[in-house]
Amino acid sequence: MFSSELAEIRFGCGLSPDIEPSASREALLSGLVAADVMADKYPISPFSAFAAETSADRSAVEEYREQNKLDRGDPDYREKRRKLLRAMIMADADRCIQTMRRWTGTDQGFRERLVFFWADHFTAFPKAGLLQYGAPGYVEEAIRPNMTGRFEDLLIAAVTHPVMLLYLDQVRSAGPGSAAATKRPERNFGVNENLAREVLELHTLGVDGRYSQDDVRQLARLLTGLSTDRNGVFQFRTAYVEPGPKTVLGRTYGGDDQVESIHAALRDLARHPDTARHVAWKLATHFVSDTPETGLVDHVAARYEETGGDLMAVYTAMIEHPASWDPVFRNVKPAADFVGSACRALAVPAAAFDRMELRDVRQSFLGPMREMGQTWQRPNGPDGWPEEDIAWITPQSLAVRLGWAMAAPRRLLDDLPDPRRFAESALGTLLPPRVEFAAKAAEQRHEAIGLVLASPAFQRR
Amino acid sequence: MKDLSRRAFLGRSALIGCSAAASPLFTPVSFAAAPWDTRLVVIVLRGGMDGLDVVQPYGDPLLAGMRPTLKPGPANGAADLDGFFALHPSLAPLMPLWAAGELAFMQAVSTPYREKRSHFEGQDLLEAGTADAMAARDGWLNRMLQLMPGVEAQTAYAIGHGDMRILDGRAPVADWTPEAELSLSPQTQRLAESIMEEDPAFHAALSEALILSDGNLEIPPLDEAEEGGMMMGMADNGARPRRPGREEEIAGFAADMLRGPARVASFSINGWDTHYNQGRTLPQALERLARTILTLRARTGTQVWNKTAVVAVTEFGRTARENGTKGTDHGTGGTMLMAGGAIRGGRVYGDWPGLDEADLYNRRDLMPTRDIRAPIGWLMHGLTGLSRSEIEATVFPGLDMGSDPRILG
Repeated sequence: MFSSELAEIRFGCGLSPDIEPSASREALLSGLVAADVMADKYPISPFSAFAAETSADRSAVEEYREQNKLDRGDPDYREKRRKLLRAMIMADADRCIQTMRRWTGTDQGFRERLVFFWADHFTAFPKAGLLQYGAPGYVEEAIRPNMTGRFEDLLIAAVTHPVMLLYLDQVRSAGPGSAAATKRPERNFGVNENLAREVLELHTLGVDGRYSQDDVRQLARLLTGLSTDRNGVFQFRTAYVEPGPKTVLGRTYGGDDQVESIHAALRDLARHPDTARHVAWKLATHFVSDTPETGLVDHVAARYEETGGDLMAVYTAMIEHPASWDPVFRNVKPAADFVGSACRALAVPAAAFDRMELRDVRQSFLGPMREMGQTWQRPNGPDGWPEEDIAWITPQSLAVRLGWAMAAPRRLLDDLPDPRRFAESALGTLLPPRVEFAAKAAEQRHEAIGLVLASPAFQRR
Repeated sequence: MKDLSRRAFLGRSALIGCSAAASPLFTPVSFAAAPWDTRLVVIVLRGGMDGLDVVQPYGDPLLAGMRPTLKPGPANGAADLDGFFALHPSLAPLMPLWAAGELAFMQAVSTPYREKRSHFEGQDLLEAGTADAMAARDGWLNRMLQLMPGVEAQTAYAIGHGDMRILDGRAPVADWTPEAELSLSPQTQRLAESIMEEDPAFHAALSEALILSDGNLEIPPLDEAEEGGMMMGMADNGARPRRPGREEEIAGFAADMLRGPARVASFSINGWDTHYNQGRTLPQALERLARTILTLRARTGTQVWNKTAVVAVTEFGRTARENGTKGTDHGTGGTMLMAGGAIRGGRVYGDWPGLDEADLYNRRDLMPTRDIRAPIGWLMHGLTGLSRSEIEATVFPGLDMGSDPRILG
């Protein structure tokens, strides 16, 4: 049965002492299509702007070197490079803080949760050079604005985004019969199947989907041409395109408009029944339980098929199903969600975020999140962060969470709240008697706060 | 005391509820049932270690000219190893191991990674153990565990706060970092246990975290004389006594686990990306590596050390020539370090490709003459009994291990 507390904890960013939880299922959903208040208030540059700025900064340093005829080992030049790198690292830390501010202040928590969910479904980041700090901009540009339309549009936005092309080695993938390979055989051009494989295995049909290695090969040939320039700007390189038709899952593509052919194939993949099932299962697993009821997955998958992957209809199907309102919390928050929901429960004020220096962000967020097993913006592979609860409650992760819960609130707040009231606002009517008792019985205030945040009741959702 | 022992706790938690039983973490540990007896430690040297400065081929007449400020060779303080190679002065504390046949190197090895020389991709491939990192979801050390019988959560440890992709995968693996160590007041600990008690998964993880934090492990104590003996062997090098650092904590924890239930441990040592002033930066990393190995040796004790192989691997070597900033840039062929009583040490393995411009990879890097996975595969074969075909099919899919370099003693 719907409860606004359950809604805020399971589908949102957790309870806040300052923000009213969604009063109804409708309110939970309508927040997704309302104005994106947090993105406006706490902006993160989209990747295209980030990439342009990064290449301008890099060029400025190189021009300085050339104008002053410095060699690459010159201390002056090195200092300028060091400063640029430092600025990039600080901006990256700032994007982490912006994310925490959004989690703390939003009254559209479901939106922030979906951003994490889809960013993980479409895991990508540039792997080298200064662009490696570009993952948040990719999410801001490709994911966040495309979560309430059709899945196929989200798929196209993510899969053809420069960051995805860089991450999955698409940028140099050229067909054996392409103009580039024919004219420059010494450059060893070839097809790279990484993106095609992940599109089928992770983004659409899923690993159990009905596709073959030949479909991977054919899709990889179809995707040739998708590339970027050296500054991370999308570029379609017709010289890389493998000529001729390609057949993926029995349909043939490869018309004159090569980009349109790629989009057409992605749309067909998005509408495949196996994709409906895969996306439904992933949503149910992420939001409800590692082992979701078949009825819930069936219901969401059916709505996906009926509507051709209309994501609002898909979310509605999940929210309206009784299994989504099981009062027992089964999932464990990943590290970033744990830390974000703790900031929200603590109502960390804007001023506290404002005054954070790089070392504070490292001490309070980046370091602990890494030790909890979730290095900021660096999942280990294209399959993203683990969904299984067990991955997040290892002895190490739990110990770091407990240590963080005791230490970080003292750094983030000038005055710690009254522990009993904090326990009530953080867990509402779901506050277990033992946690209520611990909040009262702890010897020191920071220990009481820490115990509430470290309780399974707060760590699950 | 007995109640707090690892076995008692793990045994107890295994009885709680089926959700706990389903998790690999809650399998009771019995030391007698440890699946095999040798120990494998894999250290990932992140940043790209300059193998030509660590194991200096001073016998190659071209080396000195390529490295004018790095000044290699015994004439500049390096310890001669075999008349051709000399060991960087910062690894001098390991010379007793070399003399005892417990230290070896392999030169001119690399992963299949070529051309782009990115740390991220290089490390990914090193840990994936495949020819294409994106083709695998797991790490090669985990795939080795998947093939071994009787692997339990405490059989393998990923240590330190870095992500150890090398141990990611289906086989159960434990993790711990000294930073996670809990120091709770008795009252807070009681309350924490109370709030976790109703949730078996949390309760089990907390109990284990407390045990790991206290060092209250049911592990046979190291014979003091034995430990003393191992330490004494080290004291001759004139190394000053110093406060234990993070690397000693990590290596010490690894050694404790290896004396107990663990057969595999893996962790990282950072700081090898020496583009500038390598003469100053590389020694710091090498000293950490030396202390790590000495701590492993001292803390495992003679018996376990004799069954131990340590391999230290890096994502790529560095350029053969020094750059304009007294450092070296990302390269290709590199060096692997091996240590332990199980190693047939005191020698530099590998096929030396030479430093002639034409012999270099892309005319700039040491040419890799062997896939780094091949010697590791042979080591694994000797330590665990896995067959060559299992290793070539599953652990390092698609690898041809070639001839056996016979690294094990």
